[in-house]
Amino acid sequence: MRRGLSAFNVTSIALGLAFLYLPIAILVIYSFNASRLVTVWGGWSTRWYVALLHDSAMLDAAWTSLRIAFLSATAATVLGTLAAAALVRAGRFHGRTAFSAMVYAPLVMPEIITGLSLLLLFVALDADRGFWTVTLAHTTVTMCFVTIVVQSRLLSFDTSLEEAAMDLGAPPLRAFLTVTLPLIFPAVAAGWMLAFTLSLDDLVIASFTTGPGATTLPIRIYSEVRLGVKPEINAICTIMIAVVALGVVAAALIGKRTELARVGADGRGG
Amino acid sequence: MARDGTGNETLGGARASFAPWTDPAARPLVRFEAVAKRFGVVPAVDRLSLDIYEGEFFALLGPSGCGKTTLLRLLAGFERPSEGRILLDGQDIADVPPHHRPVNMMFQSYALFPHLTVAGNVAFGLKQEGLPKAEIDARIAEMLALVKLEGFEQRKPHQLSGGQRQRVALARALAKRPRVFLLDEPLAALDRKLREDTRFELTDLQDKLGLTFIIVTHDQEEAMTVADRIGVMSRGQLVQVSTPSELYEQPNSRWVADFIGDVNLIEGRVASTGPQGTEIKGEAGGRLRAAQTVDVPLGTLVWVAVRPEKVSIAAETPSMTTENGFAGTVLDIGYLGGVSIYKVKLDNGLIMKAAVANRTRLVERPIGSGDRVSLSWEPTASVVLTR
Repeated sequence: MRRGLSAFNVTSIALGLAFLYLPIAILVIYSFNASRLVTVWGGWSTRWYVALLHDSAMLDAAWTSLRIAFLSATAATVLGTLAAAALVRAGRFHGRTAFSAMVYAPLVMPEIITGLSLLLLFVALDADRGFWTVTLAHTTVTMCFVTIVVQSRLLSFDTSLEEAAMDLGAPPLRAFLTVTLPLIFPAVAAGWMLAFTLSLDDLVIASFTTGPGATTLPIRIYSEVRLGVKPEINAICTIMIAVVALGVVAAALIGKRTELARVGADGRGG
Repeated sequence: MARDGTGNETLGGARASFAPWTDPAARPLVRFEAVAKRFGVVPAVDRLSLDIYEGEFFALLGPSGCGKTTLLRLLAGFERPSEGRILLDGQDIADVPPHHRPVNMMFQSYALFPHLTVAGNVAFGLKQEGLPKAEIDARIAEMLALVKLEGFEQRKPHQLSGGQRQRVALARALAKRPRVFLLDEPLAALDRKLREDTRFELTDLQDKLGLTFIIVTHDQEEAMTVADRIGVMSRGQLVQVSTPSELYEQPNSRWVADFIGDVNLIEGRVASTGPQGTEIKGEAGGRLRAAQTVDVPLGTLVWVAVRPEKVSIAAETPSMTTENGFAGTVLDIGYLGGVSIYKVKLDNGLIMKAAVANRTRLVERPIGSGDRVSLSWEPTASVVLTR
């Protein structure tokens, strides 16, 4: 059999990757542009990164976004894991279909509708819109992604491990925390990463649910771009790309390592 | 309790000194009282009653889907009975959750915790009891010595062979010193040779620890080798509960006779029965005799069960006895190494099997395919079955 790739494979992969990543590559390259004009190349420089350090509005927005992403991802991971456990373990309880539909609804719901309905809810509750309302909204929207990731791992999880833990004297909650959770941890971590990046990335829902004093990074960038693209924006976008890419690579590595250990364990079969 | 210390005595349930089930005053350790378990409308266990005694090695034997594993899970607490009661030491344990039951289980998949070392696996149950660390360490060492896994403390389960994993699972469950130790198909994942060795290790272990073992298996040879008593299950019910030898020599139904080992079944009607035995007229012709007496009206349809190894085969002689004697033609000979199975088509149309031990190296068989032969057996070898 022939190994390696044919010319056709190489071309299609190159075109596909170019389609996906060329715009991003251009953005990254132009973030190192010395020229004040975004569209004119003026040689290599890191001056916009330095300029960014003095742009306190942009830095504040980035800090707000990171805090919201961290808190909402953590809350979504706890809730999403519990929902996944309920869907996989509780059998056919009353209202299971409705529950599962409700968990997954945000996945297919247009963001603009989710954002609007959350806004209406916060207005009706007379909640002070700002940091906490955005965090809540992001928790709601990202929870279902965590549930999907964790649920697929739990489906392939050998229930007898948890039963063995209980048989050996661990109450159900402790059995879950000491046996199930460490074993499904890669999926939980991947779910957290996904929720974190989704939150960091979100513009629509954040702009509906935020208030004065809590401007997230995407909102800040969007409002600045309307006045014309400044080179600093390229720089901050490059930093965001780096953060997200690091997160995704880390999640993939964790997942791969544990998967290898698991396959190794199964592959040895007795 | 009178226990025989010699390992050999325990094999095949032939511990003459150990038979608490024959003592009406003995109190069972585990009692199932008309226990039923239904999943939806399908009964997995159907109003089953069973007593198991302290120190007993009990085997639940049956084809897959007969409810034997469900029975084990009911005792471990993973399932709740739909009906009936389960008593442990005379106490109803319906409301005791699995983590409070003095019962431990070895799972078919072993269910070792892959993220913990061998020592961590064995220690898991002990930590739940809140034992001091020194005692846990001592218990781990003791258990690993018991299952001959010293020096494997720091290995992870995926670094062990199938046999070693099985022994870690044993050590982990036994470390808790359970009142009842449950084994769900403990040897199913091992290869044949290892399985045979492990059977002897299991009986040895049970003897050493004096614990009550309940094993679930679909392998009759396994059940016969390890157990004091066997409960044969079919469709959620116990068909027969007796010692391995009784089960083999005195099955109570055609189903059990056929399920345990190989058997020839001949249909007939009772012609006479009394202290001198029972005479049966074969439906396909011939006369059969059994040494036992049966309590059924004359003319009742019964089946005579004869194990193939109790049937003698010889070249046809004209002066053969007519009772328990049939002439026929050899159809087929199955050579199994230790024994040869002769499949014989009788002149009355029935097909019977005779098993003959190959006591000498047969270069040339005295009886070959297509030869005329006569089959016969002793009246004591016949078992009359009424259902």
